Amino acid sequence: MDTLNAVLMGFISVVLINNLVFTKFLGTCPYLGVSGRIDMAFGMGMAVTFVVTLSGTLTWMIDNWILMKLGLEVTRYVCFIVVIAGAVQLVEMYLRKFLPSLYESFGIFLPLITTNCVILGLCLFLNVWMIDNLLDAAVRSFGAGVGFTIAICIMAGIRENLNLADVPGCLKGAPITLITAGLLSLAFMGFAGMIR
Amino acid sequence: MSNSSEAKPALYSQTLLAGLWRENPTMRLLLGMCPTLAVTAAVKPALTMGCCVIFVLVCSNIIVSLMRNLLKPHLRILMFTLTIAAFVTIADLLLKAYQPDMSETLGPYVPLIIVNCIIICRAEACASKNGLVISIIDAVGMGVGFTVTLCVLASIRELLATGAIFEIQMLPLVKDGGWFVKWAAMGMPVGAFITLGLMLGLVNIVTGKKA
Repeated sequence: MDTLNAVLMGFISVVLINNLVFTKFLGTCPYLGVSGRIDMAFGMGMAVTFVVTLSGTLTWMIDNWILMKLGLEVTRYVCFIVVIAGAVQLVEMYLRKFLPSLYESFGIFLPLITTNCVILGLCLFLNVWMIDNLLDAAVRSFGAGVGFTIAICIMAGIRENLNLADVPGCLKGAPITLITAGLLSLAFMGFAGMIR
Repeated sequence: MSNSSEAKPALYSQTLLAGLWRENPTMRLLLGMCPTLAVTAAVKPALTMGCCVIFVLVCSNIIVSLMRNLLKPHLRILMFTLTIAAFVTIADLLLKAYQPDMSETLGPYVPLIIVNCIIICRAEACASKNGLVISIIDAVGMGVGFTVTLCVLASIRELLATGAIFEIQMLPLVKDGGWFVKWAAMGMPVGAFITLGLMLGLVNIVTGKKA
């Protein structure tokens, strides 16, 4: 029961309280770039969730069971980036084979997931948070993906409405998106008291 | 390689200036947003981050430029990333050795330079097509442009959040008998997003772009 509790808390904390987009600024680039339409944002979120769960778990295993045992922490970043690139390649092949329409609509964004900060960021934060068991690492990786999906979908919804709003000329596009993101992150700060 | 030899100095200065203003990575191209937002709560980490980025950018542009004729197109991005990862590891270790406090403050944002779009973008757009000298100049221009933007944003945020710049008190605080009340929100993510948004708006006004 205790483990379950801890895992659940870890999940909620990474989805809402430590949401990587709003509190750690990770994944801001696709967040500003792709989130114009909800369906596309959702697809992007799903792809990221899949890759981040896979690579978060894998890198945790490699980091804890291989690199730390052998004292090779120096090569950590290089290993992480190789694992992530591999996971992205896997997702790309899978989508092209089984979901060609989704693959078409992702276009250039899919290979760019490799350089999406959410994924490498999460792998590194797993280390900072000193996660010490595999289940916790896997759940938090998944949670990070869910958190990213939530953030990007909320943003896409707001931007659809923003198209109809009368925004001052100089703030159109990225500036107003950033300001909206700021207000959203203020809202997400409200979750901060939820645990402990 | 550039073809005409007499146009070289002009080309060099143009490349340098492009990074500083016309194609400023943060302000005009919107690249590398995540470190821009994350490390700008104060000027010192912002400056450290800027220096790391300049170092990695210059080194990776040199290597990419040197090996540009050996690259296979489909392995290009992977090679770029691995090169960058190697230099980021070096920068991270240097920082840990000589600036342990800063290394602690920046935390995972130093390794996150690997996925900073600016560096991959420059490797792809400039270093993989141009000679060594142009690549170095381009890297310096882009890196300095990035650092300056980071420092400006950080100064605004640090000033409003704590009334200090570079940890030197500029505005008299209320508790010392002055008038300035710390604006805590500026030091938080909210401040980062909104300040950067307003800064971009200002840049748009200055350049007269209404898009």
